[in-house]
Order: sequence, then C-alpha cells, then structure tokens
Amino acid sequence: MEKLSFRHATPGPLPGRKSQAITGVVASGNLEILLERVLEPTVCTVEIETPIRGYGDVWEAVIADFVARARPGGLRITINDGGARPDTVSLRLLQGARLMEV
Amino acid sequence: MTLAEILDSLFPDGHTVAVADGIVSGDGPFRGGRLAVIGVDGGTPLGIEGACRLSGLVLDVVRRGGGTPILVAVDSGSQRMSRRDELLGLNEYLAHLAKTLLLADAQGHATIGLVYGHSAAGAFIATALATRVLAGLPGANPTVMDLPSVARVTKLPLDRLEAMAKDTPVFAPGLDNMVQTGAVHAVLDPGQPLAPQIAALMDDRSDADIRDRLGAERGGRPVAGDIADRVMREAGLG
Amino acid sequence: MIDRLADPTSASWYEASARARIDGLLDAGGFREFVGPEQRRMSPHLPLFDLPRAFDDGMVVGEGILDGRPVLVAAQEGRFMGGAFGEVHGAKLVGLLRAARQRKPAAVLILFDTGGVRLQEANAGETAIAEVMRAIAEVRALGVPVIGLIGGRAGAYGGGGLIAGTCSRLAVSESGRISVSGPEVIETNRGAEEFDSRDRALVWRTMGGKHRRLTGGADAFADDTVAAFRAAALNLIGRAPAFDLATLEAEQARLEQRLARFGDCREATEIWSRLGVNDPAAVPATTASAFDALLSGLGETTHDAR
Repeated sequence: MEKLSFRHATPGPLPGRKSQAITGVVASGNLEILLERVLEPTVCTVEIETPIRGYGDVWEAVIADFVARARPGGLRITINDGGARPDTVSLRLLQGARLMEV
Repeated sequence: MTLAEILDSLFPDGHTVAVADGIVSGDGPFRGGRLAVIGVDGGTPLGIEGACRLSGLVLDVVRRGGGTPILVAVDSGSQRMSRRDELLGLNEYLAHLAKTLLLADAQGHATIGLVYGHSAAGAFIATALATRVLAGLPGANPTVMDLPSVARVTKLPLDRLEAMAKDTPVFAPGLDNMVQTGAVHAVLDPGQPLAPQIAALMDDRSDADIRDRLGAERGGRPVAGDIADRVMREAGLG
Repeated sequence: MIDRLADPTSASWYEASARARIDGLLDAGGFREFVGPEQRRMSPHLPLFDLPRAFDDGMVVGEGILDGRPVLVAAQEGRFMGGAFGEVHGAKLVGLLRAARQRKPAAVLILFDTGGVRLQEANAGETAIAEVMRAIAEVRALGVPVIGLIGGRAGAYGGGGLIAGTCSRLAVSESGRISVSGPEVIETNRGAEEFDSRDRALVWRTMGGKHRRLTGGADAFADDTVAAFRAAALNLIGRAPAFDLATLEAEQARLEQRLARFGDCREATEIWSRLGVNDPAAVPATTASAFDALLSGLGETTHDAR
C-alpha cells in the first residue's frame, strides 16, 4: 500500500454544520471517503491509502483541483482507495463535501 | 490418534460407539453416568443426510435429559459440495445441527468437541465449533481452506503464502493456528488417558464464550475481543 | 453519517449500500452507529496482503428505531471484500449480539450480504461465525427475535448461510441467494457437469429466494425494494419462534420430511411440482404478489420450525 498525504490552506470554513460524513465503498475501481470537521477552518488535509503505487502526481492534481473548487476549510479527509480513476475520485470528493454542507 | 484408539482410551471398560457412513454414534461409561459420542470419521464430507442424523442424535440426548455430556469427535472433510445438497438446503441442515448442540449446552449437557483429524469450513462450524469446549489432538488438521485454494482465490503465489503462513496464524491452516485464534481451547496429551483430560476440560468450562479472549492472549486474533467489548460499551453496557 | 436514498419506497435493496439499507429500513433519523468509521478500527491483517481496508471493515452495527420500537441492527457491505467475515467484521456482529442479550431490544436485524469467510483472515472469520451462531442462540433463548434480511449482491454464502439458518426468521428477495458452497466453489471442486456456475437461471433455481421460500428455507419473500424489506421485517418480528427443544424437534421433523419427500430430486422444478405448484416452469418469472398468492395455497412452506 502507498500512503499519501496533502495539506492545503483554505480561505475559510466549508459551509454547513455536519460534523462527519462517509461516502463510497472500497471496491475495485471505487473508493471510500471519510470527511471530518475537526481542523482549523483555514486548513484541509487529505490522507490516502492506495494499492496502486506511483500515481502521487495524479492524486496531487486531483486534490488541488478539489480544494480549489470546494474550499473544504476545516475538513480532515481520509481516503481508502480501491483503484479508482481520477474522475471517480473527483466526483466522490465533491459528493462528500456536499454531504458536509447540510 | 485414530477413533478406535481414542475410544479405547476414553472407555477402557468398553462402549457402544460405532461408525456408519462416516457418522459416529454411541456412548460409553463416564464418571458414573454415560458420555454420548457423536461425530464424523474418516475425513467424510458432511452432507444433508449426515447432518440430519447427527442433529437427531443430539436431540435424543437432550430429550432424555439428565445432563449427559456429549463428545463431538471430528475427522471430517468440508461440507459436501454438491448441487443436490445445496438444492435441498444444506445451510439449514448444518445450522440445525449447530443449534441442537447449542441447545444441549444451554440445557446442561456439557458439549466437548474433539478434532483428531481433518475438518474444514461448514462441517467444522456445524460440529466442533458449535461445542462449548473444543480440544484437539496432535496431528489434527482443521482448516478453513487449504493454501493452494487460498492462492487461487487471493491470486497470491503459493510460496509467498507458505512463507506468510509461518508467522501469520490468522489465515494459515492447521491445529496450532486454530489454537492461537482461540477456536481450539486445548491440545490433549495422547500419551495420557483421555477420560480425565476430557473431564478436566468439562469441569473447567466457562459459561461465557471465551474464544475471543483466548485468541487475544495467544496472539492469533489480536483485536476481536476488544472490538466486541467496545461495541457493548457504546451500546451503553459493560 | 449515512448514504441517503432518494426514495426508499422504490430504491433497490440489491443496489443500495449497507448504510443506505439501514437508513431506509429504520425510522428516520434514529440510527446510532457503534464503533463508527471515524474510529478507523480497520483490519489489522489486510495490509499484509497489500489489500485496501475499509473504515468499518464492511460491517455497520448500531441501534435504531423500527416502527417506534428499539432494535439493534447489523449490515454487511457486500461490495467490500464480498462482504466476507474478517476479524473486525465478525467481532462487531458478535459484540452487537452480546449487547442484545442485555439490552433485549424488540429485535436484532441482520442485513446479510456475504460470500462467507474472508480467506486472508480465515481462522478469525471462521471462529467469529461460530461465536455469532452461539450468541444468536443465546439472544433467541431470551425471547429476542433475530431477523435476517437477504437480498444483497453477495447473497448469504458459506458461514453466512449457516448464520442465516440460525436466525429466528428470514426474509429474502429474488436475488437473495442462500447456500453453503457457492456455484463457483462446487464447479471448481466437482466440475461444470455438476454445477455450471455461469448458468444464472440454474443458480437462481437452486439457491435463490423463491426456491428457499417455497421449501421453507425462508419465511417471507420480498420485492427488491428497501420498503418491501422493511415491511417484511416488521411482519416477521411479531411471529418469531422460540429457541427451545420443541422448536428444534419440529425443525428436525421438517428437515427429515424434506429428505424423504424430495431427496431424489435433481432439479428445483421437480420439488416445486411435488409441493403442488401447477406450473413450476413459470415460477422464476412470477411477480412477488402472484408468488405470495401461490404460497398461500402451499401450507407447509410456512412454519415455526426454525
């Protein structure tokens, strides 16, 4: 397994009050994402465990794009990857952020 | 040890235990009363007829009452793998057999498993693993699945699995690993008479299911007991 | 904390996740999970095999309300490792059942979706299944119904089939298969002439929901919707058999009778015909309501002998 970890500065807290959400499933080509509102509102962290090695650059780009779009300030995001494609990862991350916005 | 050797050691004064189509049944004198013996011999796979016969024998003991203890002696195959067994509901027959043993235990009949040969998968769950205390004899080989089959399913090379099996009791076949997991409580000494060893295990038996505790103590199942306790705590208990 | 269903009335049970099934099954808003994903109690063993882990190890357990009454509930996620029993996965169900002994809820609901034992943790999974079966017997003996709901993509195979047979009552859908050896396992061991696992119609006839319901291996047949499983669960809770000698004597008689009556059958359709089904070939295509009408004419498929 390869472990990746990213930390981004965010302009402020993600709207909403939900403290925690989980979406997706660890299956081939899929992933699960746990989102927890536990950090300072100016920070978002993303930790990833993936069985597919050597795609750190792709993850970095996908996460940076997500942070820019969703501004997920205050979230600790943890991903168990089952070998999901980048578009699936993006989709699930945005889904997860929406779940937290209620 | 063979079944005949086990029975000679258990019942030096004789017994009525016999084997038909791989199914063991009978009894012998034990501590002033009788010890009922059921089981599977000769590596026989357990199918619907055998399971039904065994559950009927257990219910006979429970119906007669009197707290007669039951020894479940096991040298079986896996569950019998056939279209007919599944068509007729093998899961019900195996579950029913396990339930009769669990009921016997709840009604005061000590249930002791003794695995002295092979056993695997559903046959193991329905017989030996449904007893209150499970003992093994050296040379016994209980498995969930043999390593070549594990290699096929997990798509891992057999030599790597064999190397991992040496220090990973959680998945490797064999008696020692089942002891470390807590599934097998004790290994008996074949050089000593079996009756007192079985009697001591019966007297020692706990009302609680201690297999996860044993697994944690012995290192073969490091987290199961803790997880179960934690669920109970979060349910507002314990 | 849970996947939501857009519309539980029509949402497919088969397609839903373990969390979505719980959400649609229970009264709204009342579910509280035990050892939730944020605790990250994941498998300690899967990393050895370089396999990804899940936060809940494929088993969601907790408490909730069903039609106003408190229940404990466990749901397997069939898409993670085929819903198979590993150490953590199994221990969560064991803990829930032990809690039920003291809490005495209106029922324990087990939402099966499992291929059996997780081979990477085989000894732990196998032992957990034995612990679950003992705990179910103890819970039932205290008068708490344990209801199994089977309609997921992984079915209830291997040790899952044995646990199902230990429950007080079972509801099953068309796609909910109950069996010990799966079709692929039988084919691998005995050859395609014994069981052609690619013949899906054969799989359904031999171990599918309708066959199990017709032969008394399950107590209710549900449409593949979350609402139908909720209705079935509510119906079954009220008529759970005791766990005692009388019940097991009755089950012994029922299983002996099945052997005597159908032991020479090779095909499910022969069994259905002997049961009194006029057009066995039409059964697989029958709708749930027509199937229920058919069942009401066949008394012996409904029983208290489990």
